[in-house]
Order: sequence, then structure tokens, then C-alpha cells
Amino acid sequence: MNFDLSQEQVAIRDTIRELVQDRVAPRAAEIDEKAEYPKDIERLFAENGILSIPFPEEYGGISGSSVTICMGIEEIAKACATSSLILAVQALGSYPILVAGSEEQKKRLCPPLASGESVAAYALSETGSGSDAAAMKTRAKRYGNEYVINGTKQFITGGSIAGTLVVFAQTDPDADHRGISAFVLERETSPWQAPKLEHKLGIRGSPTAQLVFDDVKVPAANRLGEEGAGFKIALAVLDRSRPGIGAQALGIAEGAFDYALAYARERKQFGQPVSSFQGIQFMFADMATQIEAARHLVYLAATKVDAKAADLTKVASMAKLFASDMAMKVTTDCVQILGGYGYISDYPVERMMRDAKITQIYEGTNQIQRVVIARSLLK
Amino acid sequence: MDLDLPPELATFRDGVRELAQAVALPLAAEVDRDHRFPKEAVTAAAEAGLLGVLIPREYGGLGLDALAFTLCIDEFARACASTSVIVDVHTSVGSEPILLFGTEEQKRRWLPRLASGELLGAFALTEPASGSDAASLKTSARRNGDGYVLNGTKVFITNIGHAGLYIVFARTGPDERAAGVSAFLVPADTPGVRVGQVFKKMGLNGSPTGELVLEDVVVPVANRLAPEGQGFTVAMRALDSGRIGISGQALGIGQAAVDEATTLVNERRLSPHPAGSLREQADLPTRWGRQGDDFTLADMSTRLESARLLAYNAAWLCAAGRPFTRQASMAKLHCTDTTMQVALDALQLAGEEGTISGTPFERHVRDAKALQIYEGSNQVQRIVIAREVLQ
Repeated sequence: MNFDLSQEQVAIRDTIRELVQDRVAPRAAEIDEKAEYPKDIERLFAENGILSIPFPEEYGGISGSSVTICMGIEEIAKACATSSLILAVQALGSYPILVAGSEEQKKRLCPPLASGESVAAYALSETGSGSDAAAMKTRAKRYGNEYVINGTKQFITGGSIAGTLVVFAQTDPDADHRGISAFVLERETSPWQAPKLEHKLGIRGSPTAQLVFDDVKVPAANRLGEEGAGFKIALAVLDRSRPGIGAQALGIAEGAFDYALAYARERKQFGQPVSSFQGIQFMFADMATQIEAARHLVYLAATKVDAKAADLTKVASMAKLFASDMAMKVTTDCVQILGGYGYISDYPVERMMRDAKITQIYEGTNQIQRVVIARSLLK
Repeated sequence: MDLDLPPELATFRDGVRELAQAVALPLAAEVDRDHRFPKEAVTAAAEAGLLGVLIPREYGGLGLDALAFTLCIDEFARACASTSVIVDVHTSVGSEPILLFGTEEQKRRWLPRLASGELLGAFALTEPASGSDAASLKTSARRNGDGYVLNGTKVFITNIGHAGLYIVFARTGPDERAAGVSAFLVPADTPGVRVGQVFKKMGLNGSPTGELVLEDVVVPVANRLAPEGQGFTVAMRALDSGRIGISGQALGIGQAAVDEATTLVNERRLSPHPAGSLREQADLPTRWGRQGDDFTLADMSTRLESARLLAYNAAWLCAAGRPFTRQASMAKLHCTDTTMQVALDALQLAGEEGTISGTPFERHVRDAKALQIYEGSNQVQRIVIAREVLQ
């Protein structure tokens, strides 16, 4: 048993931390206000190797470890949740290739992602198919050596800016979830459209797109796994990506906590810092404890990803559920500690509270996490 | 990073589990009902060496670390909370201070007898007017030649009447606060040592709790633990690792509640309500119709898992000789608050049948409550955590 990060991980974390403080934190409020994708931050991450973290060395990356990915997402999310999604979605969109791709596919598709030349996205949800992913309508029909995809995907993070998109579609609509297959679309050869971006409560700089596929051709060589294996791949990917959402929630909570703590020490009422009041101190004690508990659960799940542990599915759901519920509570309490100042946009905690909300919803709502956990406990 | 238990500790845990399930579990309802000491379970623990988990082999113990100790208490609590608190108080605050602060001679004299279970340990800090504010204690220790004369009354002492050795904190002065406190090893058979009132409690009924009365108790200087004026340091250090034990205890009670609730929900699913009954009509035909119970269970087990990791982390840091005060307080706070909630949720899932005396559901609720209060109330844990965070 060892709770410590490796020396190499600490070095990576410190590099990210410095970069985030210097370059990301000063941009966070503006990214939120303008709701613009921070292309500059994406380039910064690409140039500094941060986007290569999700990939093992043989595919052009530097790690591939879920613990390292979570650590990176957590560090970035402390300052800017939108920016943390650039790494999180790079991992999410690459996992299908790493989990289900052939050696040839991994060697061909991963290096441009690891170098940051291309960014990835993951297209599963549809308007009528959210938690019930098997109900999807997007269709892929085979003609010789290629498939033709038709349909619409909804709420696709980074779908409008991605160069590499994993799309799930029905190849055998009569077979229900066993008829779903997974494809890797490369924008240049299989262009899709993103006619609409959503206006959102939080993570406003991260584009959430509706994607339209109108006779989009994709080579059969870009199908991941067998026909019909898509649903299994989708679930295997979510097992691996959910700890990352836990890490994002953790980072958001820590960012809000640190800000509120510094504020409470400075802010004077009744002639003394508000941090001297026990009512406030107990809020900090509870928040610190809940953050610490969530951190351990997130990293337990990450170690289970790396070890391909049998109980990964349950623990990944627990990490995502606990960390995101914690982040919602902690960020709400941090707004409370700042009082009226917490509610206005001159201070970052209201943004963090808005950003926290999505972590309870995406990559499986917390209700779905409870379904998954209960299923693992019950007969 | 590797958050799995090492295989040898997993094996140790499985051994304790087997013993606790075989010996302590069958007694749990009875010792609670009859308010009797679970002698058979404590004897079995002693025979298996489990009263000397933290004591080095050279003094007759198992020579294991804080992580093993946490697992041991966890497994006893899963079977019988009363047994677990007896073993916990004996092992941590009742013995460990001698290991940490004793002279070689004190260790040789006392540790083998504690490790074997010949003597049960106890910790006498709290007084009627000195609970969370331990530094204000009034029990006096007056120097008299080669000894000290102790006078005063201690209260809420676990293992009262069954302990062979009490670690007693008393004021030697001259300071009126923490710096005037010293620690003493007081054998139960010393003249003037008397058991006062033994309390009737809400829970943990198999674990005796009561007053320790000290009337002109003469203790030789050789029984002073650590230098004069260092008693408060001894007490605080003892409580730091004691909190890890209480965390383990909470995990065990919480796990028992989750296990019992899981069995119950499974049984309900397998045996549907009587045909035509209102309960049947209220049911949807699929699992989706049982989500209220399912989600409660999911939340219970998720919170407990997060609590488990906090406890393991504090124990791991303690075992590695690293600072762990903040982590131990966080573990104690989160584990015990979680277990209180989990026990209440399990009772709620059981419904009215869970409220009947003799069922584990109501017993867990009564047992769990003590954990939020003793070894530093959860309000004191928040003070400790806030102090460290705000530092």
C-alpha cells in the first residue's frame, strides 16, 4: 500500500501546476465570460506534452496511466474547469482506440493525438438517447470497404473542434445494444457538421455541440472491434473516464476551497477575520474532510483502471458520484463563505459553483452511477 | 500509488474476520441485551494474540502496525461493536502510550502482560468537569517521597472494572493547564482504587463504562509515564492513534449495516409482496421501480468506501512514522458521521422490523452514536482539522 504519487508524477504535476498558475488561471474568468473555446490553452497543453499524458510511450505518449491523467485534470480544474476538459476529453476520445483498437489502429490514430496535432471527442449521446444509450438512432451502413453514417449526436463535448471523433452507431438496428458499433472519424476524410453549440450554465468555454452526420463515409479500417461491440466499448470507456470526471470535480472543489480560505483570513467583520469564527471554521473542516475523502476515492478508482481490476466499474462510479456531489456542496458553501461577494462574477467561486454542476450530470448522471453501484451490490 | 492492502495484511484481516464472526458475532445481541462483558470474545482475541497487535514481538506482541490495528478493530466491530471497543481501548490508548513513552523497564514490566491479555488496559483522562477541555483536569498527584498520592474521580472510563491497568492523567502542577499534567500507570488492585458508578448507556452495552475513583492512591515514581508535566503530550499522542481505532470501529459497524441492508433488499426482491396487496400494486414491474432502496444502498456503500480510504490513509501515515494528526481527525470525523448515517439508513430500509430490540438494525444505530462523541467529539475533530487547515 502506498498513497504517494511517484517522483515522476510529482514532477509532471509541478510542471502542470506552474503552467496553470502562469497561463491558465489568468484566463479563466474571461474564458467563462466570453464562452469561447480557449484555443491558446489547447496549444499550450499540446506544446508542453500535457495532451500526451493519456498515451503510453509506444503510441507517442508519456504515460497512459489513469492516476497521472487524473492528477493532471485535477491540477488544471483547480483554476479552470473548461481547460481541464481539454485533457479530460483527449483521454475520453482516445480510450476507445486504446481499449478496443487493433495494434495498427493504435499506431496510426494515437500519435497525432499524443502530439496534440489533433484533439479527440466522443460521440455517444443523442436527443432521445441519454442515460439509455442503447436507444440510439444513428445508423452506419456498410458498402464494401466503408460505412456510411447518418444521424445526429447531442451534447458532444469538443465535437465541433475535434480532429478525431469516436462515433457510436447502429449497424444492426434490430439487435438493440448488440447492434451498436464504434467508428473513428478523422475530420479531413470523414467530415461531419456541427451546426449548433449550446449555451450553458457552466464549463462555458468548452464547446458542447450538436453533431450532424449526413452520409459521412468512414473506412471499415476505422471500425473499432467487431460489429456489434460498440456498446461494450462505450461502457468500458466510461469505466476509465469516470475517475477523470471525479478528478475534475475534485479540482474545482479545491480551487474554490483555496480561494474561500484565503478570503476568510482577510475578510474582517466584528473586528476580526471571519476565519476566526467557529461557524466558519467548522465549514472549512467539513469541506477539507470531504475533499480528502473524495480524493482517495478518485485515486482508488484510477489505480483500479491502471490495474484493470475486477471491481473497476463499481469503484469508478463511486468516485464519480462522491466527488461530484462533494464538489457541488463544497462550491456552494464557498459561495456562502464569500457572502454577497461570492455571488458576483468579480470573484471566481460562483463560476466554480456553476462549473461543478455538470460533473453531477455528464459521463453518466449520478442517478446512473447509483444504478451501476446498486447493481454491483445486489443480485 | 497502490491503494490495495498488502497480501499479508489481507491475510491477517481474513484471520481476524474468521475469529470475530465465529466468536464475537454470536454474542453481539446477547451482550447488548444483558449488558454483559463479552468475556468469551475477549479471551479468544487474547489467545489469538490480538490484544498485542501493536506491541513488538520482543514484548510478547504481534509487532504489527497501525494499519493492521485498524483492520483488527474493523473486523471485531463488524461482528460486535462492544467487543471492538474493549479491544480498541485496550490496544491503543490503554497500551500504546507505554510503548511510545515508557522506559525500557516499564515496557518489560507491563507490555507482555497487556499483550497476553493477563491485564486489560484502560485510559483515564476524562473527568466530570473536564471533557473536551482535557487540560483543565482536577485529579491531583501529590509527590510524597518515592511516590505520588493520587486523588480524584475519572468518568466515562471504558473497560471499567475489567481493566488490570489504568493509565491515569493527574495534575502534578505547578501549571494549572496542560503543562501541569502527568501520566501514571495505576494497577487496578492498588489500595484506594475503586470503581464508582457503572453507567447504563444507550448502546455499546457489552462494554462497561463508568467512574474510576482514586482515594489516596499511592503510586511509586517508577509508575510515572514520561517526565512530570508531559502527561498532556502523552494523552494527545495516544488520542491521535486512538482516533484511527475508532475509525476502524466505525467502518466495521457501517459495513455490518450495509451487509444486512443488502441482504434485506435482496430478499425483498426475491419474495414479492402478497398478491393484491397495496405494496404489490405500488411496485413497478422492473428494477426501476425499486430505485428508492437501490439508491440508498448505493449511497451507503459509496460513503463507506470513501471513509475506509481516509482511515487507511491515516493508519498508513502513522505506520510510516509521518505526521497524521489531521488525517486521523478527518478519518474519525468522516468515518463516524458516515456510519451514523449508514446505520440510520439501514434501519430505515428495514422499516418497523428494524426497530425491534434484538435486531441488528436498531443496535447499530445505538452503537454508532457513541463513536461521534468519544475519543474527541466530532466537534473537537473539526477544531483540530480547522486549526491545521488554517495554519
